[in-house]
Amino acid sequence: MSTTLDDNTIETTTPAWLAELQAAALKDYENTPAPTRRDEAWRYSDLSALNLDAFVEAKPVESEGRLINSSRGVEQTAAKLVFGNNALLHADTASLPAGVVVAPLDVAARDHAEIFRRYFMAQPVELGSHKYAALHKARVTGGTFIYVPANVEVALPIEVFHWVEGENASVFPHTLIICGENSKVTVLDYFQSSDNQRAFACGVNDLHLERGAKLNYVAVQNWSPTSLAFHINSTIVARDATSSALSLNFGGGFVRGESLSRLDGEGSRSEMLSINPLDGTRIVDQRTLQDHAAPGAASDLLYLNALDNASRSIFAGLIKVEEGAHRTDAYQKVRNLILSNESEANSMPGLEILADDVRCTHGATSGEINEDELFYMQARGIRKEDGRRLIVNGFFQSLLERLESAPLREYLGRKVTERLGLPVQ
Amino acid sequence: MSLEIKDLHANIGDREILKGLNLTIPKGEVHAIMGKNGSGKSTLAKVMAGHPSYEVTGGDVLLDGSSLFGLEPDQRARAGLFLAFQYPMEIPGVTIANFIRAALQARLPEGEELEAVEYYKNLYAQMDALKMPRTFTSRSVNDGFSGGEKKRCEVLQLAMLKPAYAVLDETDSGLDIDALKIVAEGVNTLRSPDTGFLVITHYQRLLNYIVPDVVHVMVDGRIVRSGGKDLALKLEAEGYDWIEKELLATA
Ligand SMILES: Nc1ncnc2c1ncn2[C@@H]1O[C@H](COP(=O)(O)OP(=O)(O)OP(=O)(O)O)[C@@H](O)[C@H]1O
Ligand SMILES: [Mg+2]
Repeated sequence: MSTTLDDNTIETTTPAWLAELQAAALKDYENTPAPTRRDEAWRYSDLSALNLDAFVEAKPVESEGRLINSSRGVEQTAAKLVFGNNALLHADTASLPAGVVVAPLDVAARDHAEIFRRYFMAQPVELGSHKYAALHKARVTGGTFIYVPANVEVALPIEVFHWVEGENASVFPHTLIICGENSKVTVLDYFQSSDNQRAFACGVNDLHLERGAKLNYVAVQNWSPTSLAFHINSTIVARDATSSALSLNFGGGFVRGESLSRLDGEGSRSEMLSINPLDGTRIVDQRTLQDHAAPGAASDLLYLNALDNASRSIFAGLIKVEEGAHRTDAYQKVRNLILSNESEANSMPGLEILADDVRCTHGATSGEINEDELFYMQARGIRKEDGRRLIVNGFFQSLLERLESAPLREYLGRKVTERLGLPVQ
Repeated sequence: MSLEIKDLHANIGDREILKGLNLTIPKGEVHAIMGKNGSGKSTLAKVMAGHPSYEVTGGDVLLDGSSLFGLEPDQRARAGLFLAFQYPMEIPGVTIANFIRAALQARLPEGEELEAVEYYKNLYAQMDALKMPRTFTSRSVNDGFSGGEKKRCEVLQLAMLKPAYAVLDETDSGLDIDALKIVAEGVNTLRSPDTGFLVITHYQRLLNYIVPDVVHVMVDGRIVRSGGKDLALKLEAEGYDWIEKELLATA
């Protein structure tokens, strides 16, 4: 990290307790050794990608107007925030139901200190990136705090755009969502590069669902193809609450994703979905933990990788059924669609079961495009290359069929189609 | 103008399946092929369409005088050949609407976009004619379809793509009698002086609805008899034994 990052990045409004927390986190970052080849959590990964020397503190964005205009997602939102290089550029929260808070972190730390302190990075990061989570904690300025009070349903999605701009710029996007009892909300996070420069993104999101809450969370990641990105996620699901989290990794040169889902109450459910169209020399390295701490909970993970050119995917997932978490229903599946001989997919599914009467299924499959499917398409006049893209698109679209909301499904379907270079209707 | 199959030989692995097959389908005519299981009917259809598993070891297939060999399967389709598959493939996540749209788009010159409103209007009209619920447009191609629904979907594609020559491989199999009538009607409306059909079937019944100009009998990779509709009736009544006996006698 360049020394410019060591300047105090915290505004004068930062409360003392947060400044202390951040100072401690910086020490933690400095004292934590970088991952080595011997770390199981970094097996098959590319440690050379983790060199942070070149990255610098991001300057204020130059193209503020353009970024705000390009922050286009779904047609109607309940709230929309736009960040550029860690700074808030735009906020529209006028359509939020009463009591719902959607605020930048610094404002939330000031105005909702108690609740903020209770939840802000409260989860230990155990899937390998403790060091980078500490860096995030030390450096974070931009990010969103979303609080939905009990029994409130936010009908329209909340959207947050995180832009990075400039050569070797560093951003630390943060999303903290707290869903009160029986509340319901959909949040879309967009991570985007403003230019084609290499950037460093180190993001954390923490999702907390209280009893009976329902959260749909979507991350559309589209960093430049040479960027280094960490996305460290944790989801804590209380009794009878349901979380559905989907990440779409469209960009990034090396993307490390870590996702922890803790099923903390009886009848809780967590769905973990990921769509990864990989090409060039891009690497997506994903580590997951489905931690069943309560009985009668369900978790369902489905990660899809399509690997073209010399791209790579690494997946290591663990289903952990803790003592007493009887009647657990856990499912974990990774599917790799291999499109090129030079690509490589490593999948390491895992199970650790300390309870009885559980149903756990896990598996990883790798396969190529079915030649007969391709022939069928060609027999209709569709060119081979287009047929391949249609099949890859279909591979991803079938995952989207799980999404409950039809408009969201169609919207994300168009995004995937677009990413694959196919015409969108 | 015709689809002309000349002394066609084709292998799968080391095994020869098509052993010198000759057949000419002039535009405007409907020809039927009947033959026992394993005689090579689907092989013929797939070899013409360019399936990569088969090796052509001799002969040629000419579409309006130009050889299909040397063309990729998609080029053959765009040249005017259509194959309704005996076992249509399931393609998860690709909707029928997008699939047919891509097929039509592929036929347009570079840079030209298919007109979406017109396309849907046409698609719905064809679906209505085939009594397919419109909800099918957003279902994945053949994914979870019943046998009969798959066949209807093949005919929908045929109707949308309007090829010069269509090979229907057992499109009647698995259809109930109402569906059979609907599908036959679909084919009959496409009959025109500009279109040639090759209908592969096991059932004389189909030929009551799609009345053929010529009926061919295929035995062991060759066309061994050709005749009128009464040939199909005779096969239905007597099976294939008599032909095989006659063939042995002349051999
Ligand atoms: N991929 C393959 N591998 C091995 N043998 C094959 C393959 N495809 C076809 N064959 C063989 O070629 C022969 C002809 O098969 P084909 O499917 O053309 O018959 P058919 O006349 O269409 O039969 P049916 O009436 O049952 O549909 C059969 O003996 C079949 O087993
Ligand atoms: Mg057959």
